Amino acid sequence: MLTGSWPSPAGGDEFALSFDQQRDKRVLVIPALFDESNKLRHFTVEVMRRLDTGGVDSMLPDLPGTNESLAPLTEQTVSGWRAAVEAAASHFKATHVLTLRGGTLLDPGTLPGLRYASVGGTALLRGLVRVQLLSDKEADLTTTRDELVARAESQGAQLAGYDLGPAMVRELAEAEAPDGPATEVKQAEMGGAGLWLRAEPAFDADQADALAALMLEQVG
Amino acid sequence: MSTNLPVPLELEGDTDLILRQVLSDVLGLSAERVADLDHDAGLFGHLPELDSMAVAGLLTELEDRLDIIIEDDEVDGEMLETYGGLLSYLAAKRNEG
Repeated sequence: MLTGSWPSPAGGDEFALSFDQQRDKRVLVIPALFDESNKLRHFTVEVMRRLDTGGVDSMLPDLPGTNESLAPLTEQTVSGWRAAVEAAASHFKATHVLTLRGGTLLDPGTLPGLRYASVGGTALLRGLVRVQLLSDKEADLTTTRDELVARAESQGAQLAGYDLGPAMVRELAEAEAPDGPATEVKQAEMGGAGLWLRAEPAFDADQADALAALMLEQVG
Repeated sequence: MSTNLPVPLELEGDTDLILRQVLSDVLGLSAERVADLDHDAGLFGHLPELDSMAVAGLLTELEDRLDIIIEDDEVDGEMLETYGGLLSYLAAKRNEG
């Protein structure tokens, strides 16, 4: 496992975790978004380990504003993340993509590969807003969904611990995965419940085996 | 097996199974712990795994699997207090739809 960096189109370098031996088959891994990225990090890296064992390179870039990134999250947008993913795909000379959950929204739409348990922007945003509403309620604040969404869309808001700018909220509300050659994989094919659901991050080696095997089939 | 069961009863049976499955998937509870949840079993405030972040995930997953919409202002301590309370709420929601 290597760590490296890649030039972000927004300026500055971003971190990437990679299994890179300059092999012919190179998979760009686009992580799940927001809290789901934490829940799926272990799973994601374990899938990459299995791809490595299977003779395939893989790279997992930090999206600007996430993980080790120094860029402020409030300034990020879905379109900005899409540009960043395209830049990473080009920098790493990716031949395939593996997108996970909300990461599917950022699929460049040009490379073959897999889309794992994709989720739309509307559903992701709804989940973030719900966490915030529950948290407000615990703090004895009476916020309604409509008020919170309106505020988030006009001036940005902290949702589920993430400081999102207004443009990110507006773009997320309508974001869908672009058409592309990558194939959708349903959670039902993994032989267990989705790990992003778990209240405490968990790992399941069988599921990592299953997704890596499907990905290796795609890569051929 | 009788096929003349009234629809609401059948629906609650199905809802019960789905609720147990979702609790297991979200909270990582073992099959035994999930099977042991009876009508009066405490949920929110009783299961350490069930914090507000987990509640949000739980409700969203229940919406998906039961094909219902849970209004945010209906979510309170009472609705989530016991297993039976949550089950009744969900069964009623499904009957509405």
